[in-house]
Amino acid sequence: MRFIPAPVSRFFHRMASPPHFYSFADKLMPWMTVLFFLLAIPGLYLGLFVAPADYQQGDSYRIIYIHVPAAWMSLFIYVLMAIAGGIALIWRMKLAEVFLVSSAPIGASFTFIALVTGSLWGKPMWGTWWVWDARLTSELILLFLYLGVISLYGAIEDRRTASRAVAILAIVGVVNIPIIHYSVEWWNTLHQGPTVAKADKPSIHISMLIPLLLMATAFKFYYAMAVLQSMKVELLQREQNSQWVKRLLESKA
Amino acid sequence: MNWQEFFAMGGYGFYVWVSYGLCFIILAANIIIPVIQRKQILRQLALKQKRKQS
Repeated sequence: MRFIPAPVSRFFHRMASPPHFYSFADKLMPWMTVLFFLLAIPGLYLGLFVAPADYQQGDSYRIIYIHVPAAWMSLFIYVLMAIAGGIALIWRMKLAEVFLVSSAPIGASFTFIALVTGSLWGKPMWGTWWVWDARLTSELILLFLYLGVISLYGAIEDRRTASRAVAILAIVGVVNIPIIHYSVEWWNTLHQGPTVAKADKPSIHISMLIPLLLMATAFKFYYAMAVLQSMKVELLQREQNSQWVKRLLESKA
Repeated sequence: MNWQEFFAMGGYGFYVWVSYGLCFIILAANIIIPVIQRKQILRQLALKQKRKQS
């Protein structure tokens, strides 16, 4: 580990210990909340009031400011879960297991939001709530992967064994991520092609791009808030008989 | 632009506001549920500890 500077490796060693992480989460929470609101409020204001209506889709396109950031989050969280799964399997790191299982409901929520807002956008624009095209189908599979992680974790009683099982599922399921991303290029889909994440410059006007990126960044901080909250619950449940939880209870009593 | 126009969203008000409303409810739930769960666990654990001591 000599490639990593000492203060950085010390930080990670401290973070790997549940009591340190628990108090670190408490310290981090207000910052994440402030950053979330600092980004989400201007993002919503610019997206709903300032950005012009689309010349083809009118005001219906404003769903983009939650649909696209939610869809990005659904992929982002899954990749993080797979990485955490790898760390959990190789180094048996408890915090990585807790991060993985606590992220799953949040990832499932973002996937669900992406699917439903897409449906609500598709109805007035495509004339249908749903089509079995490659993008929509692969995103639906992602939702099932998230639900699979949640129910597999719930089905195995021992939390360490359950964590190992869901880590494997998370890693295997990651093959779906590039499929979702490239689905609109590999197949002929009703879903439109990429407008932001592509090789040449984004084919979206700057007045629409800025609120989109603000919302996408706000969602990252929202995820930090939500995952910190559920990690604390998971840690308390796992470590309820440990000394640090007893001390925590005494300090609160 | 007045508020009525704003809420109408050029005739797409239903689709836009259901999307935003649903997103808000789901995201809020993902914060509120773990906060409630944590309070419950802490209360249960505190009770258990008290019972052990007495």
